[in-house]
Amino acid sequence: MARTTFIKAKTFFEDEQQETIAEVPVERIKSWEAGAKLKVVGKAVPRIDGYDKVSGTAQYTFDLTLPNMVYARVLRSKLPHATIRSIDTSHAEKLPGVLAVISQKNTPEIKWYGNSFLFDRHVRFAGDEVACIAAESESIAEKALALIKVEYQELPFVVDAGEAMKKNAPQLHSEGNIQGGKPFAYERGDVEKAFQEADAVIEETFRTQVAIHNPTEAHCSLVNWDGDKLLVYDSTQAVFNVRDGIANSLNIPASHVRVIKQYMGGAFGSKLVAGKYTVMAALLAKKIGRPVKISLDRREMNVAVGNRPDSVQQLKFAAKKDGTLLAMQHKSYGAAGAYPSGAGCSWPLRTIYQCPNVKVEEHTVYINAGPGRPMRAPGHVQGVFAMDSAIDELAEKINMDPLEFRLKNYAEKDQVFNIPYTSKRLKEAYEQGAKAIGWQRRNVIPGSSTGHHKRGIGMASQIWWGGGGPPAAANMKLNRDGSIQVLAGTQDLGTGTYTIIAQVASEVMEVPIENIQVIIGDTATTPYCPSSGGSTTAPSVTPAVRDAAEQMKQKLMDAAAAMLNKPVRDLTYSKGLVSARGDSKKLSISDIIRQLNERVLVTTGYREANPEGYMINSFGAQFAEVEVDTYTGKITVLKIVAAHDIGRVLNRLTLENQFEGGIMQGLSFALMEERIMDANTGLMTNTNLHDYKLPLITDTPQIEVIIVSETDPMISNTGVKGIGEPAIIPTAGAIANAVYNAIGVRLRELPMTPDRVLNALYA
Amino acid sequence: MKKESTSKEISRRNFIKNLSSGVLGTGIILHTLPSCKEAVQEIPVAPPLEKNGLSTITLKVNHQWRTLQIEPQTTLVELLRDHLQLSGTKVTCSHGECGACTVLLDGKAVYSCHMLALDAHGKDVISIEGLMDGEKLHPLQEAFIENDGFQCGFCTPGQIMSAYALLLKHRRPNDKQIKEGMSGNLCRCAAYPKIAASVKAAARKM
Repeated sequence: MARTTFIKAKTFFEDEQQETIAEVPVERIKSWEAGAKLKVVGKAVPRIDGYDKVSGTAQYTFDLTLPNMVYARVLRSKLPHATIRSIDTSHAEKLPGVLAVISQKNTPEIKWYGNSFLFDRHVRFAGDEVACIAAESESIAEKALALIKVEYQELPFVVDAGEAMKKNAPQLHSEGNIQGGKPFAYERGDVEKAFQEADAVIEETFRTQVAIHNPTEAHCSLVNWDGDKLLVYDSTQAVFNVRDGIANSLNIPASHVRVIKQYMGGAFGSKLVAGKYTVMAALLAKKIGRPVKISLDRREMNVAVGNRPDSVQQLKFAAKKDGTLLAMQHKSYGAAGAYPSGAGCSWPLRTIYQCPNVKVEEHTVYINAGPGRPMRAPGHVQGVFAMDSAIDELAEKINMDPLEFRLKNYAEKDQVFNIPYTSKRLKEAYEQGAKAIGWQRRNVIPGSSTGHHKRGIGMASQIWWGGGGPPAAANMKLNRDGSIQVLAGTQDLGTGTYTIIAQVASEVMEVPIENIQVIIGDTATTPYCPSSGGSTTAPSVTPAVRDAAEQMKQKLMDAAAAMLNKPVRDLTYSKGLVSARGDSKKLSISDIIRQLNERVLVTTGYREANPEGYMINSFGAQFAEVEVDTYTGKITVLKIVAAHDIGRVLNRLTLENQFEGGIMQGLSFALMEERIMDANTGLMTNTNLHDYKLPLITDTPQIEVIIVSETDPMISNTGVKGIGEPAIIPTAGAIANAVYNAIGVRLRELPMTPDRVLNALYA
Repeated sequence: MKKESTSKEISRRNFIKNLSSGVLGTGIILHTLPSCKEAVQEIPVAPPLEKNGLSTITLKVNHQWRTLQIEPQTTLVELLRDHLQLSGTKVTCSHGECGACTVLLDGKAVYSCHMLALDAHGKDVISIEGLMDGEKLHPLQEAFIENDGFQCGFCTPGQIMSAYALLLKHRRPNDKQIKEGMSGNLCRCAAYPKIAASVKAAARKM
């Protein structure tokens, strides 16, 4: 009988619902129950890759070298909008040490961003790729860039989404500046009627900024041709996406492209696809017959490889006196940058609270700036900030405690698809979070505390998908000595994937975690797993690992049965030993394999299907306590309590760490980070880490992480929901509501910098 | 309009100055801190030489004296990574803004991307590799594993070297001293609470 079958699988990736035909196991393994006494899973196990990372021996793509390797650098447009009249690379080519220059002059047209090319004559932002140089050293390549003469026909430009939507604005694409030619629309009920019938209506505009991923390891690749086969080391969240992207661009079989990612220095959504730089490196490597390394510098990281689109959100909410939420209307626009991206941010509003009348209209707008990419909970971070600020405003208008208002409008079902959740413990998150922060301590009258150091408490809610789903596969290899290798084509972005895979394998096989080696991120050797985005890695991959391990256990039992001449049903497996009923003799894993012809036993496990007719969401609430200095405008976050429903905890240590990190990123989105575009020149002005503000250890508040869920057995055999994105979603909203509670004046624009606080207080 | 940073009492550049109160001269000997274990060697007398556009410099890297010919514009991190193949030290910003490249220079934390290798002539450099005893981790490194003081790990060598400099100055740092001492190192994953816990635990061990 076939062990697997194919089904139509629905999963959410970032904010897109995807439907695929996926291979899944025929039999579902029973999920570990709530209260199951697990020995390794759920424990605070230190990372198995810890040694490599603290010793400095971890090899990131940035660190890799190959014999005879050369370096590439990209020439980028200095103008925000232009067409290229001519390119003269002859001077650059003559510089000693320069090996090859590619541009649209000598490169076939390779499709990119849908309607553009790898090298396009039409450059749409300051940073768009114009040419690429390979040289003996990075500094020679850098010098040669300055020798390329490009003659541009300057075009009028626009770097603000509001301006770009106006008639007569400079156009970036033939479809116009609204991506797709029209806004995204969603509607249920009748908001207009509800606004008429409501006791209270609020209507406000909220603004969020463009933020940049800025992972510490730059986007980089090292490529090498061996005849017609291409080896690519890449700093990526998605080895299979990169493989297929490159194969497609170069028109070669995917089997000829091997993509390897071992360690990577962060991504946060910016490394989900094949980069132009990787394809350029491959073209150069082919030309000169040597390995090519390409690493972007920090300026390029800021202008060219992704950002969180900004948003202007006009919200109109209505409620009845008794606290019933009647209607939510969301009209928004946000900047996609120069190429297709998604600036929508209404998803949380459509689903999180019980609300019969909802209307959404959102525009994703092209501007002459770096293209957006998914950034840790795309849409939700900016959406929840605005929505939960507005919810607080509405609650205040009807004199209701904002937490009570949320409980009053608690959604028992998914509001968009009208189907039940596999699990939802948001109520528990509200209760436990409120208790931990001391919700009753908040100012009954906002801004009423005396003195110029004013404290306040606020909260916001979180919803995300993160249930993962098929397809995802894992191999297990069992060696003669009982040691184990687990192989999966997934990625560890610093999230702890290596360790949770080893924990699950160790739990099932009942062998010490030290005996397990995990190999991930290699398209040639590891079976397919999806890209590491959308908080799907743990919930997609760990059930496949468990499936592979359970099969391995079964294999050992079957073999032992043959050896002992006993029926399998009389055998038990415990702590790596097989014993038969009424027989004191125990067979260890190595006892069994030593008697087999196979030196290595192999199994393949698959992620099972998600349950039909249910929504899988993670939920949570964060509570913030802040202090605002009303003389300087400085906001200090004192404490964040994060109470979340995320299914089963796999590793308490890495879970806490990821929550703390997500909260810090949410805090810096609320208070510091902002891409500044100069409307006069069309250039980004803060392209380094001094001017683009990121949080330091000195900005860290006290953080308390409370997990209110034990498991979600309906989802999978491990009962896990992803946590990467839930961690960041409600932080900015909670801080904004706490700031209002402290000073009694509402800030509707992020980041809440001291000047904005002072303007709100005194202007 | 450019916004003020909201919450940096200590600028990233000044933090190094704050760390600079003559560690080696004080005679503190921590048995687990190798830079102080050895006797301080005489600084070589010869100045850097210029020949064919190359300079010859002598410096101590991870307890070993090395003489190298380098282009004068070579930064200290380029010397470590490109000339000595010590890739543990990372580069994130190249501008002395993030601390990923932090190494110890005569016992003080410095940004190695932000100084010329020539300025390290005759000096004692310790990078993350220099904390190891063969394949054995330093107790400070172990503390980072036990307390999960990192996520992606890219900034980690720099974090650990800053922690090392901090512990040379304060054997038992309090929370404020840890925050000050570690405030020159960006962690984009923002593993800050766990980094602080790692430094605290290391201080107890050492």
